[in-house]
Amino acid sequence: MQHQAHTHGIDITALGREKQGLNLDTETVAIQVPGLNLYYGDKQALFDVKLKIPKQRVTAFIGPSGCGKSTLLRTFNRMNDLVDGCRVEGEINLDGRNIYRKGEDVAELRRRVGMVFQKPNPFPKSIYENVVYGLRIQGINQKRVLDEAVEWGLKSAALWDEVKDRLHESALGLSGGQQQRLVIARTVAVQPEVLLLDEPCSALDPISTLKVEELIYELKSKYTIVIVTHNMQQAARVSDYTAFMYMGKLIEFGDTDRLFTNPEMKQTEDYITGRYG
Amino acid sequence: MSVKNNSVKAWVKSGSPWIWMNAGAVSIAVIMTLGLLAVIATRGLAHFWPADLIEADYQVPGQEIKVMAGEITQLEEIPRARLAASGLPVAAEGGEFMTRELFKVGNRDLYGADFTWVVGEWLSNQRTPQTLSAFERREWGNLYGYLVNVKESGQLVAEGDGAWDVLQQRLARVDELHTQVVRLEKKDIGRINAGLERIRLQTRKLELQGELDAQAQAELDVERAQWDAQYKVLETQLVALYGAFNRDSITVRTADGREVEVSLGKVVRAYQPNAMTSLGKLQFYGAKLWEFVSDDPREANTEGGVFPAIFGTVIMTLIMAVIVTPFGVIAAIYLREYAKQGPLTQTIRIAVNNLAGVPAIVYGVFGLGFFVYVLGGSIDRLFFPESAPAPTFGTPGLLWASLTLAILALPVVIVATEEGLARIPRALREGSLALGATKIETLWRVVLPMASPAMMTGLILAVARAAGEVAPLMLVGVVKLAPSLPLDGNYPYLHMDQKIMHLGFHIYDVGFQSPNVEAARPLVYATALLLVLVIAILNLTAVFMRNRLREKYKALDH
Repeated sequence: MQHQAHTHGIDITALGREKQGLNLDTETVAIQVPGLNLYYGDKQALFDVKLKIPKQRVTAFIGPSGCGKSTLLRTFNRMNDLVDGCRVEGEINLDGRNIYRKGEDVAELRRRVGMVFQKPNPFPKSIYENVVYGLRIQGINQKRVLDEAVEWGLKSAALWDEVKDRLHESALGLSGGQQQRLVIARTVAVQPEVLLLDEPCSALDPISTLKVEELIYELKSKYTIVIVTHNMQQAARVSDYTAFMYMGKLIEFGDTDRLFTNPEMKQTEDYITGRYG
Repeated sequence: MSVKNNSVKAWVKSGSPWIWMNAGAVSIAVIMTLGLLAVIATRGLAHFWPADLIEADYQVPGQEIKVMAGEITQLEEIPRARLAASGLPVAAEGGEFMTRELFKVGNRDLYGADFTWVVGEWLSNQRTPQTLSAFERREWGNLYGYLVNVKESGQLVAEGDGAWDVLQQRLARVDELHTQVVRLEKKDIGRINAGLERIRLQTRKLELQGELDAQAQAELDVERAQWDAQYKVLETQLVALYGAFNRDSITVRTADGREVEVSLGKVVRAYQPNAMTSLGKLQFYGAKLWEFVSDDPREANTEGGVFPAIFGTVIMTLIMAVIVTPFGVIAAIYLREYAKQGPLTQTIRIAVNNLAGVPAIVYGVFGLGFFVYVLGGSIDRLFFPESAPAPTFGTPGLLWASLTLAILALPVVIVATEEGLARIPRALREGSLALGATKIETLWRVVLPMASPAMMTGLILAVARAAGEVAPLMLVGVVKLAPSLPLDGNYPYLHMDQKIMHLGFHIYDVGFQSPNVEAARPLVYATALLLVLVIAILNLTAVFMRNRLREKYKALDH
């Protein structure tokens, strides 16, 4: 990681981004977490997390390994339900409705809250079938609808021009970066409201990373995006708001410019200046 | 430490001895496999080659000269003392060893046995006359001798040199008639018998239900009369055919000068191996091989073919596969995907693994006790009361044999499928779930297709295990000689209640239960080779299908 001589963290302007003058208090809330505790068996992994994810903005979670940022992200589409012994206390409100209430349709929730994983995970099917997978699950089988969704999804993921001539070839023949964008295309094809990105670039080369970052920038006009990243420059580049987590606690949450240039908490400052983590 | 010692140390350190040891182990395994195949292939396949027929004078010291004709099938050295001890008039002086030859003299109806041991030193004037012929008969084994004449309805039609060609023409005609007879008996009359049996059962059923009134009785009688009328027609045809079939006869003079008359209907083929060219022998060899794989057995399984056994083996294995695959896969899915992983699941898993180690005969006993008697008996009582006391499913049969093998192979399928499911990357499941798929949708659309090669592996192992199994089958449905194939043109086409023949059991039966051991021995090898081939073909088909699936669902390479 690059270290700046700057006293307080990363110089945002040096990353080629303009200051945006965002204000968390005036944003529309997409996901509201009024206080969340999460346990893996006896071990507590999240401690009384409180935050509001603003709508149609990019929110980044940063923090050292094992701080709980991925865990927090995976509570938003209840992916943690798959982990044995995982227990959640508290609630998470998506558009004002608690997703942990009894009788919640988890499959429908996951359609509304899409997720892209660390490693590209296309299905061993054709590119076309990968993109329409979510639609087929919903029972949509009209060819015209599917064709449109494929084109729209792949265009949204900036992959259309590269694969339009080989839609029916195996998705496993794509490069890692293309696979990750295919996964994004597949996720946006079901038209979710929220996109969760769990370290989406950690397995990609720099050029693919750049493409995915540009894509994130494009997508934020339509979706609420939450991204977990290890890479602080990336967080600074792509996000509007940043949350810093440490040891299962949310330490600081604010607009990215301020958090990186003028962190309020000592721990945040130590982390972004590279003193630990 | 000496230099030599160091170099040995270095050699050990380099890993060479280890590599040599591994390569050696592999070589031994390969050699043993190839050796096994070579032994059964040469011994089995040589049997069908038309060996030269030998005529020789045989004189036991102090007795008259006898002329013998036939094939020499085995030669061995034997101590003179032992021959003497067995009561033969062996001269006291001479070499320590004498030769003893197994002479296949055929003509069982005349001599009482096909084979006889002779002392090589007492044979003289060995010759291979061109016109010495072998006549393969439908019963009584081979007849060796010289063709004297051919007769039609007792009237002489050919004699001397021309007789052989006339015989071959007439044999072709007899062969054609034989095919017609078999078709008439098996297919047409078989259909009528099935129809009559159906009427009998229907009558009995109505009787049992107390609904056999005059009208029903009359209807059934009409139907029965129709079948009977058809049968009368066929019977006349059959009698005519048999008449034509047995019209011709031949006279054969054996090596010791006796003349025998044989109806041509009893002769399968006649050949003169000494006069055959290599090409002719090759053709004959091909025909014999084809007969072996395509024909019904004759003469207590020591002659003819093994087609019913091949058919039985294949159909039983296929039914087994159809039963075991879905069952095993579903069980594995539950164990791996749905059951809570804990001590209980672990115990079940261990128990399943151990089931694979239970001796096969135990499954046979279970199959007989549970499937045949309990299940089959109940089925008979519930659904086939009209055929009592004759059992339908309450007796060993194809269904029970397949089911028993399915249980025997079940653990293999479960274990293989479970391993396949465990290997599907978690990321792919999560990817599917994250798109709004439920667990069952994820299973059907992503996990199971990707695990299908593993299921095929399970199936391959199951087929390999089950197809070669003999012991349990003897208890649950395999017999020495099944009168008909379990698949035919009569409703319900696949007769799951019928007994079947099986190559594995055929080997045991021919090798150990045959009244004619010498004739049967080569067939043991030939049948063993065939069994290996059948299993190999079944397996290769499955391997081919698995590779296609693997190619299709090639997992991500991370």
